[in-house]
Amino acid sequence: MPSHDVMPNMELYQPVQVEDALALADRLADRGWLVGGGQDTYGWLKDRAKDADAMIDLSAIDSLRGVRETADGIEIGALTTLTEVATNSIIKDKFSLLSQAAGVVASPQIRNIGTLGGNVSQDVRCWYYRRGLSCYRAGGNLCYADTPQGMNRDHSLFETSRCVAASPSDTAPALVALDATMVIRSLDGERTLAAEDYFVGPANDIESTTALRTGEILTLVKIPNTWANASFYFEKVADRNVWDFSLVSVAAAFKVSGGIVEDSRIVCGAVQCTPRRVTNVENAIRGQAKNAATAESVAEMATEGARALAHNGFKIPLMQNLVKRAISA
Amino acid sequence: MNSKLTRRRFIKGVIFSGAAVTTGTGIYLAANAQSGQSTAERLITLNINGRERRVDVLPTETLANTLRYKLNMTGTKIGCNRGECGACTVLINGVPNYACSVLTHNVKGKEVVSIEGIKEADGTLHAVQQAFIAENAPQCGFCTPGQVMSAVALLNSNPRPTKLEAAAAMSGNLCRCGAYEHYLNGVMRASGQLA
Repeated sequence: MPSHDVMPNMELYQPVQVEDALALADRLADRGWLVGGGQDTYGWLKDRAKDADAMIDLSAIDSLRGVRETADGIEIGALTTLTEVATNSIIKDKFSLLSQAAGVVASPQIRNIGTLGGNVSQDVRCWYYRRGLSCYRAGGNLCYADTPQGMNRDHSLFETSRCVAASPSDTAPALVALDATMVIRSLDGERTLAAEDYFVGPANDIESTTALRTGEILTLVKIPNTWANASFYFEKVADRNVWDFSLVSVAAAFKVSGGIVEDSRIVCGAVQCTPRRVTNVENAIRGQAKNAATAESVAEMATEGARALAHNGFKIPLMQNLVKRAISA
Repeated sequence: MNSKLTRRRFIKGVIFSGAAVTTGTGIYLAANAQSGQSTAERLITLNINGRERRVDVLPTETLANTLRYKLNMTGTKIGCNRGECGACTVLINGVPNYACSVLTHNVKGKEVVSIEGIKEADGTLHAVQQAFIAENAPQCGFCTPGQVMSAVALLNSNPRPTKLEAAAAMSGNLCRCGAYEHYLNGVMRASGQLA
């Protein structure tokens, strides 16, 4: 298979108004490629593994940038860079879970240009898929990863359906844990989705990891005050501390009163195609002491229903341990 | 790579294909109106190292390609070309970025500083460059321009970093010789914290 280095030639649109971007997204439909920071996009194009007629570069749309405090929470423009999300004082003050998650994405340079919208909308990292093979996700009719010889140590434990690729985003589990809302615009207007429903698994749509439809743009992420200043825990385990995607990550928020868990959100990344909320654990620890004993008693519940592939069995104890740490921290 | 393809022939080939691309562009002077829904104009003005440069840039060209093959500024190295090594690090409005993973059309109206732009007007090397030499930081030297740019960006925003802060700031730059400790010592020396 040929390997390329340079970008393919295609048209470039650089709208500065979101209305123009929406018109372009609508007109170009699936021949247009929406670009935020481009850090996922350029690899696809350089590899010639995917193509389009034109790029719609959203990075000049200033109205899609920045963090604002509102009466009932905060709003983060989808084009806000991960560095801004990681260092913004409002986010650090109220939702440090998200700052932490954004601060461990890839490398400093990538965080300086990569956007929150792009991080949650990026495609999966299955190397067979990204090599341009005609797998299920690419419209073909087989999976190269889930075979006796397939290299699948990064792949999913849960909710696989033909495709076994895992969610690569570090900020996605944090946004699900914080009950965030995604604001999506198109020429037809605006719709909102709970973060949990924004991410889509292969059983529902095997060719897309998000609920975004053709012509739609993710414009805003809203985080309600529900979990502001809760007790947070975030941890990402990866082969290297820089660049690498999560093997497993956990983003958790706890409301604790007198040492007792009143309510919680515990969400794991990289164990299925979408962030995985472990609701059975959340229910089990409600009313229990937030300590090591409770953590120990529910750890195995976290991976109920997991189906390991040939090489990712290590993710089961890893996920249990991360959930345990989140509860006992 | 074909073993008969020598380095010289390879480089000549690259230069030739670059030239072919450049001459082909004359016929494409985009006359698009500045409406929000037209494609990007190709003849653009860039601010590189404090100088205005008029360049003919393909719509999807990366900044690393423009610097190296249009402006002959080959100090910026292309290592992986995938944003996974840091050799192409440049400063865009003072912020370190991978030039291989930024479109040149994205830096219109922004200030780009490459490794060629950090020495003094009289040719004196930047404090970071001097400190890297003093600490024998570069071995093969291929990653060095990127390492210098990341260190310069760090010291501009944080003149006296701790070694841990320096390591975090330099973490987006790989060195396959493994000279990380020497580079870190160089950063500490440049910040005046090493005698």
